[in-house]
Amino acid sequence: MDEPLLQTVVLRKEFGGLVAVDSVDFTVPQGAIVSLIGPNGAGKTTFFNMLTGVYKPTAGRVVFAGEDLTNLPPHVFTQRGIGRTFQNIRLFQNMTALENVLVGMHCRLKGKLFESVLHTPRVKREERAARQHARELLEYSGLRRKDREFGRNLSYGDQRRLEVARALATEPKLLLLDEPTAGMNPQETAEFTSFVARLREDRGLTVLLIEHDMRVVMGVSDRVTVLDYGEKIAEGTPGEIQKNERVIEAYLGTAAVSLS
Amino acid sequence: MRRRIRAAISGLWWRALSALGLSRERWLALPHTARRAVKATVWVGIGLLLVLGLGVWKPSALAIAAVILVLVVPRYDRITFRGRRVGKHFIPLAVLAIAVTYPFYAYNSNGVSPSLPQLPVFGTFPLMSTMVNMGIFVIMALGLNFVVGYAGLLDLGYVAFYAIGSYTAGWLASSQFSQVNVRFGGIGVIQGLTGIHISMWLVLPIAGIITAIGGILIGLPTLRLRGDYLAIVTLGFGEILPLVARNGDSLGGFNLTNGTGGITPIDPPGFGNWLHHHLSLPANYGALGTTFDRDYFWTVLVLVLLTIFTSARLRDSRLGRAWIAIREDEIAAAAMGIPLMRTKTWAYATGAFFGGVAGAFYASYNGSSNPDEFFFQISVLILVMVILGGMGNIAGVIFGACFITYLNLEGLNNIGAWLNNHFGPGGSNFELWHKALDVPQYEYGIFGVILVVVMLFRPEGLIPNRRRAAEFHEGVHDEPLYDVVHDQPVTEGAA
Repeated sequence: MDEPLLQTVVLRKEFGGLVAVDSVDFTVPQGAIVSLIGPNGAGKTTFFNMLTGVYKPTAGRVVFAGEDLTNLPPHVFTQRGIGRTFQNIRLFQNMTALENVLVGMHCRLKGKLFESVLHTPRVKREERAARQHARELLEYSGLRRKDREFGRNLSYGDQRRLEVARALATEPKLLLLDEPTAGMNPQETAEFTSFVARLREDRGLTVLLIEHDMRVVMGVSDRVTVLDYGEKIAEGTPGEIQKNERVIEAYLGTAAVSLS
Repeated sequence: MRRRIRAAISGLWWRALSALGLSRERWLALPHTARRAVKATVWVGIGLLLVLGLGVWKPSALAIAAVILVLVVPRYDRITFRGRRVGKHFIPLAVLAIAVTYPFYAYNSNGVSPSLPQLPVFGTFPLMSTMVNMGIFVIMALGLNFVVGYAGLLDLGYVAFYAIGSYTAGWLASSQFSQVNVRFGGIGVIQGLTGIHISMWLVLPIAGIITAIGGILIGLPTLRLRGDYLAIVTLGFGEILPLVARNGDSLGGFNLTNGTGGITPIDPPGFGNWLHHHLSLPANYGALGTTFDRDYFWTVLVLVLLTIFTSARLRDSRLGRAWIAIREDEIAAAAMGIPLMRTKTWAYATGAFFGGVAGAFYASYNGSSNPDEFFFQISVLILVMVILGGMGNIAGVIFGACFITYLNLEGLNNIGAWLNNHFGPGGSNFELWHKALDVPQYEYGIFGVILVVVMLFRPEGLIPNRRRAAEFHEGVHDEPLYDVVHDQPVTEGAA
């Protein structure tokens, strides 16, 4: 088997006395769509934040494409190829959609301070190409003709799409989506699910998803990992997870298990 | 309050119109430009009447009124040439032309403006020396704008950069270090002077670079802090450096800054005799308060243009986008691959560079670097310029800097003189005050009131940046790290 794209080794995060993520071993294979589920407060987002360098783990390691990224600052994670969206949308609200995507390209562009002041031909060319590419990305994400719109003026669904477009602009190998369908109606959710599947086909992306909507999780994932109280309690294909007793217990309580 | 004032003005407006026999419908049926023209003419007319009644009338007031109308009425920004919106450059260029020619119509050998009218309350048009200072403060305010306006880092110690620039000029272009004797293109320096004398044209960029390095050194430990904490630490640095300057006359026995006496005299800039004879450029700018003020003014104008140019270019660059992204949401910016420390440090260094250039130029213009000039108040003053004009907006910051500098150096004096002449003890029919009112004494109180009023009615500044205006009215989404932990209520789809 190939080396996994992302691997965590006994990854642990404590906030004071609270263990938010308890020694989780976890892998994301190359080219897979993996979902991370779990009840509220299970530590999913904390786990995510460690995978993107926003939090420093208390113990353990994060290995991406064979390189140990533990304790490096967030922008290095992005440079190496981990793109992300946020659970509570964190667009640059007062920048246009196009500018949002251009910010996403930051680490793939080279324009230095002096070049930018002097407008050297190289910077001009780079900026023009970047704008072109940004428009393509917006169109790909279903935001055609919205490039001059301010982030805050976009509809909720469009803001979610723009977050993905912005994450794609960082040219990730692995895309982390934190509850991308939260607040979407069933039709938007279905569209988004097929969009995620398309991302893998068109761009060869590996996707890691935190999701609460089971239709999305079961519909699109190759593998599902379940966290509860910071611990990994189950891992497997969607089918296996649906039958797993510990998962049902975690979500519905012990009573549900004894009833069934 | 604001709405009520507006309603009162528009009520008056409609009443005046109907008195002229123009109904609301007929008025609205007029073309847009015509309406703009009428409105502008009314305002300018009111202004002229005020000058006539309360100021000193000169025929040139009509010319000024005409220039204002020509600038304000047509929609220049809509003019396009081959699909490019060239019109938007018209007003800045016109303002530049007015500024460049200012010494010709507003200045004679006495330093007063003989042909220009005197405004009510504000009195005479600014003197040349005030104009030079305006230029220096515009450079500094634009420099601070990189830090505060673009990157959103509150810096309360900007005066430190001003001081570094000023002292660099002092060290490199005066007789301070009389132990050595270095000359490099120093112009107008009396033969036989000891010390380091490097041409001011080289000292300006050198001072900028040294200050930028200083900015990086100050920035590295402090820029890890957020918001208020950063403000406090920068405030500390802003206090430390002037104290070092004040007490630096015996650093381990070495006289670095000449203590409270300051470094003086500092060489003026100049072009040397060869250029003086061939192109009749000034050989050297000479001392403060001479007719060379206009040379200083044009020089500072060139520096201002370079600063504006850099500001605009950087704002629209990759780095500028990163600054704005950091201002909007630091976490998201980091997640988009922006190295926070490095990007913030660049903002700091760029801001420091222009602070240093302005400081060096000021030292040269003033002929001295003196620790008394680097008070905390200067930091606040520059910050007020940026905030008042409109953070992040180049035109706004320039306006803010010019206005505050003018008030500071001349305006408040003039206002005080006008008030005393009209209502004071010697002047008028009734005595409002028993003794003459010293308006400049209340300088910082007045600035405080201005700031409070602006914050209440127009928090985004007088000439706001579109983005900044939105931030002030809707807030930014920049919360500290720990809020990410709390899961929001999730959708009902959860199993």
